[in-house]
Amino acid sequence: MYAPSFAAPTTVAEAVQLLANASGVARVLAGGTDLLVQLRSGVLKPDLIVDTKRIPELRTITTEGGGYRIGASVSGAEAGEHAGLSKDWPGVVEAVELIGSTQIQGRASFVGNLCNASPAADSVPALIAVGATAVIAGPNGEREVPVEEVPTAPGRTSLAKGEMVVAIKLPPKPARTGDAYLRFIPRTEMDIAVVGAGVCVTLDESGKCTAARVSLGAVAPTVLVVDDAAAALVGSKLDDAALAALDAAARAACKPISDKRGTIEYRTKVAGVLARRAAATAFKRAGA
Amino acid sequence: MAPDGTPALKVVGTRPIRPDGVDKVTGRAQFGADFQLPGQLVGKVLRSPHAHARIRSIDISKAEAVPGVKAVMTAADMPEITSEEAFVGEGPADFKDMSGNTMARDKALYDGHAVAAVAATSAAAADAALAAIVVDYEVLPHVIEVEDAMVEGAPILHDDMFTSGVDPKPTKPSNVAKRMVFQLGDVDAAFEKADIVIERKYKTAPVHQGYIEPHACVAQYAADGQVQIYCSSQGQFMVRAYVAKLLGIDISEIRVTPLEIGGGFGGKTLVYLEPLAVVLSRKSGRPVKMAMTREEVFRGSGPTSGGTVWVKIGAKRDGTIIAGDAVLKFQAGAYAGSPVGPGCMTAFAVYDLQDVRITGYDVVTNRPKVAAYRAPGAPISNFGIESAVDELARELGMDPVELRLKNAAKKGTKAAYGPTFGDIGCVETLEAVKNHPNYQASLGPNQGRGVASGFWFNIGGESSATVNINEDGTAVVATGNPDIGGSRASMAMMAAEVLGIEVERVRPIVADTSSVGYCFLTGGSRVTFATGMAVVEASKSVVNELKARAAKIWDIPVEAVEWQDGEAVPAGSNAGDFEPLSLEDIAAKSGRTGGPIASTSSLNAQGAGPGFGTHVVDVEVDRETGHVKVLRYLATQDAGRAIHPSYVEGQIQGGAVQGIGWALNEEYIYDDKGRLENPGFLDYRIPVASDLPMIDTVVVEVPNPRHPYGARGVGEVPIVPPMAAMANAIQDAIGIRLTELPMSPPKVRKAVDEQAAAEE
Ligand SMILES: Cc1cc2nc3c(=O)[nH]c(=O)nc-3n(C[C@H](O)[C@H](O)[C@H](O)COP(=O)(O)OP(=O)(O)OC[C@H]3O[C@@H](n4cnc5c(N)ncnc54)[C@H](O)[C@@H]3O)c2cc1C
Repeated sequence: MYAPSFAAPTTVAEAVQLLANASGVARVLAGGTDLLVQLRSGVLKPDLIVDTKRIPELRTITTEGGGYRIGASVSGAEAGEHAGLSKDWPGVVEAVELIGSTQIQGRASFVGNLCNASPAADSVPALIAVGATAVIAGPNGEREVPVEEVPTAPGRTSLAKGEMVVAIKLPPKPARTGDAYLRFIPRTEMDIAVVGAGVCVTLDESGKCTAARVSLGAVAPTVLVVDDAAAALVGSKLDDAALAALDAAARAACKPISDKRGTIEYRTKVAGVLARRAAATAFKRAGA
Repeated sequence: MAPDGTPALKVVGTRPIRPDGVDKVTGRAQFGADFQLPGQLVGKVLRSPHAHARIRSIDISKAEAVPGVKAVMTAADMPEITSEEAFVGEGPADFKDMSGNTMARDKALYDGHAVAAVAATSAAAADAALAAIVVDYEVLPHVIEVEDAMVEGAPILHDDMFTSGVDPKPTKPSNVAKRMVFQLGDVDAAFEKADIVIERKYKTAPVHQGYIEPHACVAQYAADGQVQIYCSSQGQFMVRAYVAKLLGIDISEIRVTPLEIGGGFGGKTLVYLEPLAVVLSRKSGRPVKMAMTREEVFRGSGPTSGGTVWVKIGAKRDGTIIAGDAVLKFQAGAYAGSPVGPGCMTAFAVYDLQDVRITGYDVVTNRPKVAAYRAPGAPISNFGIESAVDELARELGMDPVELRLKNAAKKGTKAAYGPTFGDIGCVETLEAVKNHPNYQASLGPNQGRGVASGFWFNIGGESSATVNINEDGTAVVATGNPDIGGSRASMAMMAAEVLGIEVERVRPIVADTSSVGYCFLTGGSRVTFATGMAVVEASKSVVNELKARAAKIWDIPVEAVEWQDGEAVPAGSNAGDFEPLSLEDIAAKSGRTGGPIASTSSLNAQGAGPGFGTHVVDVEVDRETGHVKVLRYLATQDAGRAIHPSYVEGQIQGGAVQGIGWALNEEYIYDDKGRLENPGFLDYRIPVASDLPMIDTVVVEVPNPRHPYGARGVGEVPIVPPMAAMANAIQDAIGIRLTELPMSPPKVRKAVDEQAAAEE
């Protein structure tokens, strides 16, 4: 009968050691809103589960050089209640707050969302758009990588054996910068993104875009960084031509599948729509 | 004054707290999966992974050898039953088919069809046993869609099924179980006289009732052959009758105790697990508990039909509808018995038409056998007919409510399915819409308004009730109908009204099959009407007895005693002679005046008043994503008399919401092997609370003369109009007629793109 080992260490060093020494499959348990579902349905049977919620530094949001360091087990609800974070990066916060329901919000983390490596993960395009990084601890010490380098395929990450994410870092917000995230689901809650779009723009004093990042979720095996879409925005004040170019670039980047949640044709069209709408919000926030 | 001329009502029409409310909000209520018996085993079902397959053999030897496994069963452990019409469910059914549906015998007919079951000391041992059962399948070609199943050369599900209702009698087996025609007048001649004819075909998807509580039961087969079943269902007497028939057990040997039911909507009017649990208990000698997972509910239990609805209506330029013709093709799932009959009968029932014809086909496909779902069949035909009537209103440039008012069924209208309507409230529901602020609210761009009306027969039938007066003057009302929609409250209220006491002094219970007289199941919107009638009858005879006891105490003739406000008072020549005797007084003295006071009424209630409703919905369509947002929703309905208005409103709101889900997102998605891809609430999308506005309701009351307080059934009408109302609103918003359900975002976006392409 299946009976995994369970550990709840109180330091990162201990957690890394447990993960590194584990025989068989080891999994980190943050909020568990993905992991427990996978355990119950039997799709995943890890030999070791390491709960990281008892590690104090993984439970806090701290400011660092004008940016933020979000501990790996911080829940969506905690992120949403953080005034500074919500003010500086509203797109990131609205993305994590879209996850699940009130109950799920009390548990679900950015890092769990990222490391579950679903192409439809809601917070990931928003994190990528603002240039967030993941701090990874492992047997050989710490390293820091852009968020987009963590997921490699559905359900797969670039983390090596013994490694875990300890924090997400958001950069300091440049002046006249705004971010936004939008997803499409057939309902209003409790659903998986058919398409997600994260956009971050920085404007000059005249309101012209000087820098942009665009990221799309659920339209390829991993969340996409769409440079062509960002390029469509740079130099513009979000006029119709820029919007049309953004829409086209977003659609061109899509490599979706047809499945029960949406057809290729539909997902592609909606990716363009959401990119435009998210860009409009990001511009508005940058100008405000 | 009440409709029958008696004094104004004191309890009926008020909104007391429901007697089962505290149990339900504190979690004390015992639902199907909460019940336990000492020593119980875990029962689980092995289900077919194939949509259509011959079962060559089943080897259970390895499963029986798994440690902890106490019993393994297949169809071989159930008696083979001959074809016989089942009588206690909702909708047509056959015992042989029912037996086959609970456990496949020679063929598995759908993905999820039960083929074997096990009972073991733990869930893990049961799972291991299921994995150890070896079924040798010969996979056969399958068919999922109704019209595909009707074509020549389609895979045939049943070699012995020959279409009935066609002349001459067919010689080749077919997936079409039955053809039926309902008609009135001369339709073809009537169309000749029409100025405008609308003709179109519509399609609906099969949808599940979506009850939150999966099927669950505990069964115990004792050494002396007595069977105890504890389960949640829409009728403990239904479970008793079906288990008796399917397993060849005398009814007197079976006692079924109803547990709380967490939603049924028609889907719990038949048995799935109970016969299996009884067989497993008989084989193991231990009680067996079985509970479905959500995945099993979707794969193994019945949704309602999907179907196609071809409609043709003809009208005069002034808006008088003079002819209606429709052809309905409903898929029944794996066995015959879709609700196409009621689909036909209700199709044009909201209209006063002299010339009308409806043809229906009942068709089997490799999907779970359909089960009843609120107003079985009516929402499907209504979607077609009310969409077409909306198109007619557009052609005529007429307000859709005015068009319906002009043609509405009234007292004296002869319905295509036979009867002539008595007192009905179709017109009143339309007037209520016209007078409601929602109908005047202004609409913005991409917003639109849709109207549709609907009809359901409502039924009466057999019911029993027992009223016991306790020695302290309180009362217990026992009935045999599971309380799904607040019926305990209504039963207590009607008893309190007759007895003239506060409703809090009446304790309503839902009794087991050995403790109360027979009650037909909770379905057909019948309980408040029919069982309510039994409660009123039993309460009235209790009052007669109370008067007799007072007469005895006072030593005056019983005719000289009246019952007023819960007290016996001397009347006539004896008026004022004695102090009134309260119910408490009489109860306290009952030992000395003849013993306990109680009464039972068993009856077959006739004259259920038909129900009508009209819905108006405002939507906003996002043309770029195809998302449809419901802005405002109003449902008006004739309740005859709302015994407890909150539960009438609740029924209306719930029906409307289920209809919105049916309209927008709910569908079964099959892969090319006929396997269900979305057996869960994540991808089978019923609406969530944040998808919806407040559902506004207006209850109109056109009393049903056949019920003591004028009640008519209310539970089914509200799911009939929503789909057409939604489609009509979408058309109003974006100028596009959607003819296929669900009107999900990809479909709406596609239609928008097609319209744009056509305009270029
Ligand atoms: C009802 C419901 C609704 C949902 N709705 C949404 C939604 O709207 N949008 C959405 O994107 N998701 C949704 N989800 C999925 C899930 O809630 C999110 O992905 C959530 O962010 C996961 O976070 P968690 O902390 O619960 O992760 P967990 O389940 O604890 O972990 C998820 C994965 O990440 C790994 N992991 C966790 N922490 C670390 C770490 N520090 N280092 C390395 N690996 C780690 C785990 O081993 C596991 O593989 C929903 C889930 C449910 C049950």
